Amino acid sequence: MSSPVFPSLWRPLWRHNYLPRGVLQLPESTVLELKNITKSYFGVTVLKGINLSVKPGEIHAIVGENGAGKSTLMNLIFGMPVIHETGGFEGDILMDGQPVKISSPRQAMELGIGMVHQEFMLIPGFTITENIKLNREITKPNLASKVLGSGLETLDFPAMRKDSRQALEKLGLAIDESTFVSRLPVGYMQFVEIAREIDKKNARLIVFDEPTAVLAESEADQLIAAMKRLAEQGIAILFITHRLDEVMACSDTISILRDGELVKTLTRNETSVGEIAELMVGRKLERSPLPGRATEPSDEDLILELKDFRVEMPGERVRGLNLKVRRGEILGIGGLAGQGKVGIANGVMGLYPASGHVIKDGVELRLNDPKAALEAKMAFVSEDRRGVGLLLDESIAVNIVLTSIETQNKFLRWTILPGVRLLDQKAVHDYTLKIIKDLDIRCTGPNQPVRRLSGGNQQKVCLARAFSLHPEILWVSEPTRGIDIGAKQLVLDLLVQFNRKYGMTIIMTSSELNELRRICDRIALVYKGKVAGILKPDASDRDFGLMIAGKQLAKEVG
Amino acid sequence: MTAPKITPQTLPDKTTEKTPQGSHLDRILGEMSVPIFFALLCFIGIIAADLSPRFLVNEIITRLARNSFLVLSLIIPVIAGLGLNFGIVIGAMSGQAALIIITHLGIGGLPGFLLAALISVPFSVTLGWLTGQVLNRAKGREMVTGYILGFFANGLYQLVFLVLVGTLIPMNNPKLMLSSGIGLRNTIDLIAVNRALDNALFNSVKLGAFKVPWATFLVIGLLCLFTSYFTKTKLGQQMRAVGQDMHIAEVSGINVNRTRLIAIIISTVLGAWGQLIYLQNIGTFNTYNSHEQVGMFSIAALLIGGASISKATIWNALLGVLLFHTLFVVSPLAGQRILGIPQVGEYFRSFLAYGIIAVSLALHAWQSRKKVESKDKG
Repeated sequence: MSSPVFPSLWRPLWRHNYLPRGVLQLPESTVLELKNITKSYFGVTVLKGINLSVKPGEIHAIVGENGAGKSTLMNLIFGMPVIHETGGFEGDILMDGQPVKISSPRQAMELGIGMVHQEFMLIPGFTITENIKLNREITKPNLASKVLGSGLETLDFPAMRKDSRQALEKLGLAIDESTFVSRLPVGYMQFVEIAREIDKKNARLIVFDEPTAVLAESEADQLIAAMKRLAEQGIAILFITHRLDEVMACSDTISILRDGELVKTLTRNETSVGEIAELMVGRKLERSPLPGRATEPSDEDLILELKDFRVEMPGERVRGLNLKVRRGEILGIGGLAGQGKVGIANGVMGLYPASGHVIKDGVELRLNDPKAALEAKMAFVSEDRRGVGLLLDESIAVNIVLTSIETQNKFLRWTILPGVRLLDQKAVHDYTLKIIKDLDIRCTGPNQPVRRLSGGNQQKVCLARAFSLHPEILWVSEPTRGIDIGAKQLVLDLLVQFNRKYGMTIIMTSSELNELRRICDRIALVYKGKVAGILKPDASDRDFGLMIAGKQLAKEVG
Repeated sequence: MTAPKITPQTLPDKTTEKTPQGSHLDRILGEMSVPIFFALLCFIGIIAADLSPRFLVNEIITRLARNSFLVLSLIIPVIAGLGLNFGIVIGAMSGQAALIIITHLGIGGLPGFLLAALISVPFSVTLGWLTGQVLNRAKGREMVTGYILGFFANGLYQLVFLVLVGTLIPMNNPKLMLSSGIGLRNTIDLIAVNRALDNALFNSVKLGAFKVPWATFLVIGLLCLFTSYFTKTKLGQQMRAVGQDMHIAEVSGINVNRTRLIAIIISTVLGAWGQLIYLQNIGTFNTYNSHEQVGMFSIAALLIGGASISKATIWNALLGVLLFHTLFVVSPLAGQRILGIPQVGEYFRSFLAYGIIAVSLALHAWQSRKKVESKDKG
């Protein structure tokens, strides 16, 4: 389908600009320009005044931590429905200097924007050809279609296969185009996606959304080579990633997003991995001094040890991780999404299939058994607060005491019937009142359903339940996700209080490095399912930035 | 710089790679286990009932002609991912409305039948469009929604033909209407169009000793051709894509809702015609009941033919009609013979019809859960 805005002019345009790479002076014209883009979801601003431009044949990398706004930006460029269902955005998108309105993926495609998605947008039950040509099938008219419209034209499979073959060859991929996608190794699916984008005859800008996240290293190299080939042909590329070596390996320009703002745009020749890492993380660290302890935790006294620990949690796989936890410390677990940090707590607590060794106080823990984990005096506050953490329509009281009832037989009284125990309503009520006061849960009373509480107060209920078990180790995952800033501080304070006052060892998993650095004694950074290294909270931004991107550092703390 | 060439050597070798489902034979047995089970059941029933082969073959020919079209009308929604279209009941009602009209007008024979087919189109397109609108708002719950819509439409149908006819809709036809002058009679005789299609072609040509409704089979054959051709068109490909993954289809620029709507409309129109073929063969119809079991029995037949909620072929439909209706014919007699009670056979048959739907729904839920799990692991 020819684009309404650029009728067949594009081809001479980029050919004209073609020069061998290396000598290539990027042309003055821009393919895509973003001007002052601002977007908010439900009152939370996720993108603030973004300005960005991409030239033909340029590989423009966009880096940033999770939640920096990368995906939102891409969804916006590609006209994904999620943007418009949440109230659209402010600012202008220009293509070739002309303002355009992109309100659906279809429009984006017509404008020559292609997207290689993070999660594969391929239909497994279709062949490579069918996927490449999805909704752009080559058809032949027939008798029925002449009467009833072009929808009934028959598919021209030989022509479709020929085109697919060409697209695959452009990528240097020697693979049978009639193979079913379900039979392809994961690494190849990415290439099929790219083939689909370049088969679009008007492709001018291709967005790669973390394309190497699921690839092995050799596959990633091939992918980068393929990207360079495309750029040589004049196609502009937006490359979203958090792998800094890849950025340095292929991009011409690098934009760094942080907290929804475009911090800086650099050219590759003028920067270094270190500088990018620093800009990516760089926040003013507000670390107020924490209360001291009688004895500081040390490696002499370990409470928990993980050896060759593996967890099969989809998307957050842990692959042979080793970790030592000191008695009485607050240990932070950080890292990017998908690297496995979330899997650790879920695996230890028996919520996802785990293998390896977990040794608590010298005793090997029985894995894949939530009850065993709870009986070993460990408690878990899940990252999925509303799904796993709370019974939303039950009262605060029930939510707080439920696990204690189930695992420790607390809050129960005997009846005259042998073997039958009933809930001791009064004990529950008294206890809940006390804990509501202690933790400052803002509510109308113990009987209020938790669904009506704010995120911060819901999180406190979760913490109260875990606390009621009097655990020796408290696992907390993403304790401040989805709650407002004021409440965040309260939740963190509460964790410090648990630690200092009751001597609980706390293992806190969080995507927000900043909050880990605020309260943790040590921070373990997880990369590809293993601990990349352990840093002190006052280590430099640069070290943190490098380590979450999987770079080994010389000066680790023990 | 040039990229390293990616060679097929890095791909898993196709010849040595085992399919995940095991060997070819295992897979066929797995897919065909339901038809095989029912074929055995039919076989046992035939032996137990001890029917004359002539009677049996004659019955099966009649029932194949009568029901195949209805069952085939279910295939396209399955391809488009809408599951089993319980909404064809609504199509059946449109067909009946058309029959009532031509009977009232007194047009009979093949012209009457063709006119009924034509009249049923605007009804079924409109109702199919409405059904599609509702189903597009109930994604993932199409089957139960369609089922309940059938009941709802039944209410409207009764309102029109029991209350409005003779009051708001002026009509005067003592043969069709109740003596009060309001509402239609319970049964309507279709003498005028009785076997209008069945006997339209080569009426005198017999297949051995059996009379064959050639024209009906020709129409069924045409529908088979249309269905298989349709899946190879642009629109058919869109439906397959929508059926496999709505989200990906949407991102590829396919108008998902429109595609689903078209699938339902086609199915509803075919359902209306299917009901016409069914009723012209029977020769009479219960004004307020004939359509009620259409959805259930057609769906049971399709499932017995080895189809599932996400996969159905022409062969599933034809084989299903054959098996389901063989069982229909033999089970009362088999029950009579074995236990002396014909009701047992009848009970057994309807037990199987509903049972097979339940089992098939449960199996589908189980398989799609397994699929999600293996996708997570992969």
